[in-house]
Amino acid sequence: MDTEVSARAAGPRAGGGATGWEGVTGSVTGSDAALKRFLHGLPGVDAVGLEERAAVLGTRSIKTSAKAYAIDLAISMIDLTTLEGADTPGKVRTLCAKGMRPDPGDRAVPQVAAICVYPDMVAVAKDALKGSGVQVASVATAFPSGRAALEVKLADTRAAVAAGADEIDMVIDRGAFLAGRYLEVFEQIQAVGEACVRPDSSRAHLKVIFENGELATYDNIRRCSWLAMLAGADFIKTSTGKVAVNATPAGTLLMLEAVRDFRRMTGVQVGVKPAGGIRTAKDAVKYLVLVNETAGEDWLSPQWFRFGASSLLNDLLMQRQKLATGRYSGPDYVTVD
Amino acid sequence: MAFAYAPAPESRAIVDIAPSYGLFIDGEFTESADGRVFKSVSPSSEEVLAEVARAGERDVDRAVKAARRAFATWSALPGAERGKYLFRIARILQERSRELAVLESLDNGKPIRETRDFDLPTVAAHFFYYAGWADKLKYAVTGRSPMSGTSGPDPKPLGVAGQVIPWNFPLLMLAWKVAPALATGNTVVLKPAETTPLSALFFADVCRQAGLPRGVVNILPGYGDAGAALVAHEDVDKVAFTGSTEVGRSIARAVAGTRKKVTLELGGKAANIVFDDAPIDQAVEGVVKGIFFNQGHVCSAGSRLLVQESIQDELLDALKRRMSTLRVGDPLDKNTDIGAINSPEQLARITELAAAGEAEGAERWAPACELPSSGYWFAPTLFTGVSQAHRIAREEIFGPVLSVLTFRTPAEAVEKANNTPYGLSAGIWTEKGSRILSVANKLRAGVVWANTFNQFDPTSPFGGYKESGYGREGGRHGLEAYLDV
Repeated sequence: MDTEVSARAAGPRAGGGATGWEGVTGSVTGSDAALKRFLHGLPGVDAVGLEERAAVLGTRSIKTSAKAYAIDLAISMIDLTTLEGADTPGKVRTLCAKGMRPDPGDRAVPQVAAICVYPDMVAVAKDALKGSGVQVASVATAFPSGRAALEVKLADTRAAVAAGADEIDMVIDRGAFLAGRYLEVFEQIQAVGEACVRPDSSRAHLKVIFENGELATYDNIRRCSWLAMLAGADFIKTSTGKVAVNATPAGTLLMLEAVRDFRRMTGVQVGVKPAGGIRTAKDAVKYLVLVNETAGEDWLSPQWFRFGASSLLNDLLMQRQKLATGRYSGPDYVTVD
Repeated sequence: MAFAYAPAPESRAIVDIAPSYGLFIDGEFTESADGRVFKSVSPSSEEVLAEVARAGERDVDRAVKAARRAFATWSALPGAERGKYLFRIARILQERSRELAVLESLDNGKPIRETRDFDLPTVAAHFFYYAGWADKLKYAVTGRSPMSGTSGPDPKPLGVAGQVIPWNFPLLMLAWKVAPALATGNTVVLKPAETTPLSALFFADVCRQAGLPRGVVNILPGYGDAGAALVAHEDVDKVAFTGSTEVGRSIARAVAGTRKKVTLELGGKAANIVFDDAPIDQAVEGVVKGIFFNQGHVCSAGSRLLVQESIQDELLDALKRRMSTLRVGDPLDKNTDIGAINSPEQLARITELAAAGEAEGAERWAPACELPSSGYWFAPTLFTGVSQAHRIAREEIFGPVLSVLTFRTPAEAVEKANNTPYGLSAGIWTEKGSRILSVANKLRAGVVWANTFNQFDPTSPFGGYKESGYGREGGRHGLEAYLDV
């Protein structure tokens, strides 16, 4: 792989002090042709081998102390999400209360990482979460399809940031990606990154959603990972949760390899967020095993790994109670929010 | 480490190992004629698992006579009836798979993850597969089509098969031997390896449970002398052996000039060839699976990594990083990747060859890993700077030791891969389909894996070129070795 990888300095992360790769004017992202050549030059992905590796890691048996650690870690990594047309301020406030105190009966349960809502609910969430340390994440850029003019996407982002969003979950233009217009996708991510900058020049963290289910091939997922990281993503995220195929262990494993390799090459660490379809504690623990044995323990914190989920939290709570008491208390002993 | 996996041991309670076992002859467990016994030891703890009767020449004779008696009725059964027995055995093996997996891990030292997810499912699959052939033999090997409508006699079984199997996949090697032999109407006398006799003896119990007629399967635990007596027995019609090339040679000599049909599945020194356009992450997984699967106790192990020089550094970095995550230890822990070396003798051989690698100037590397204090262990090890002349590039180590060599062009890769007296298997890693086909055609190896390694399937024939042996096991081809065609 080309060790001369560099990107144009305009990425959102550039604000964090340009050293090394960020300061170098990039040949890789200098033109559509160069970017395409770079992305298509990444090592291919053998689907059978990738899925086999994910399946083997799925057989790890996580018990007792390791399970307790994993459950609490998973809870602290959740972006507790409601993205429904029917969302109301009341619904969002309840979810915020749940995120701050997941188990009313047990103060030792960690709070979730963030509450994830649509942009118009950001103010409500921000207010409800005040002082808690739980972040407000907002989807933006014409989520989930991303089919809108760039100005609309940027306005969507700015509105969410202005309303107090700490994190922006943008969707890429899958149409442009699949058509091979990689530089356009790259520039859009950069532009959204710039829209994340607040008047005081601090900025909201940027998560870039690929919608793996629409990218369809593992080669595309690897290319998209590098594209987004070069463009300055703080996190790369699998899915919107709104299409048929969402987060999969194999797709997430591949993205973990990408962030691992990217840090090795550039020194820049990027987070990973699988989202959609992760509903059980057992699944969550499998994902943590993938993190542990692929990217490594540096990624085992909410700063670098998140779960986009809604029903996962209650299953983690039930498993936590089971581990503590030795029995299942049942769904009526966790709150429905 | 932040996320330290707590011990997750599979329970031993599911398997009930008796203090002593006899030989299984003519449907009965019996003592050996001279009363000799030996101990089967768990290589991970050095605990004695059971005392086992040790077969000698007179026992071999008894067993072959029993198999001969059983042959008349067994071979006369309609194929569909023999198939029923095999299906029954396959189902019982599935039902008892957890028990047998634990037993195999204890006796062999291999991790429960492998016995549970590979050995036992593949064992059952072999019986299911050959059960299906039992009533279709006339289409299997004669070239006759089921669509042609012509009828005719079934090809004939050979008679009594003497089978000698190794310790690396005790029950799976048994399945490879016994399933096609029974499906084709032969009866068998099987000698398991002296370090791993227990699963074969449990298989004897499975045969009884399935109601298999007495004498059709006979199991003779013992040492090389029993194997030699079996091979040399004048009433054995077919010899099947899996093991070292050295023993294979002596078997070939012993049967030379007799009517006996022979298949030999012997050693290997497979090249795993990684081209610069390979899917790197999967290639690293494949290299790991190629050499560290079953502690490297695999005849088809990818023990020579041939990596294109232009990606050597990148690939080795990734490989070392991956090797550092391998979990070595208690075979019964469900998270163990690498278990114990099967015997002190094998450990001594691996240690000796690894020392020779260092002495000859190759650079040795192993990840930091703590090995258990009792039992026989060897850390996953990598040698770089290996040349074709080094012993570790030429001799079969049969352990978790990988020799890394480089090449510059596809032609050089092929030349180096073929530059070995062995020819059992090889691996090719490239995203270019045409290169897979062109290289595979030039490799002198019985099995060539493309973008994968150490995949086994009952439908696929397996066997070697050159000094890796002759004959094929598995698939339709595996039937031929047991039929008079």
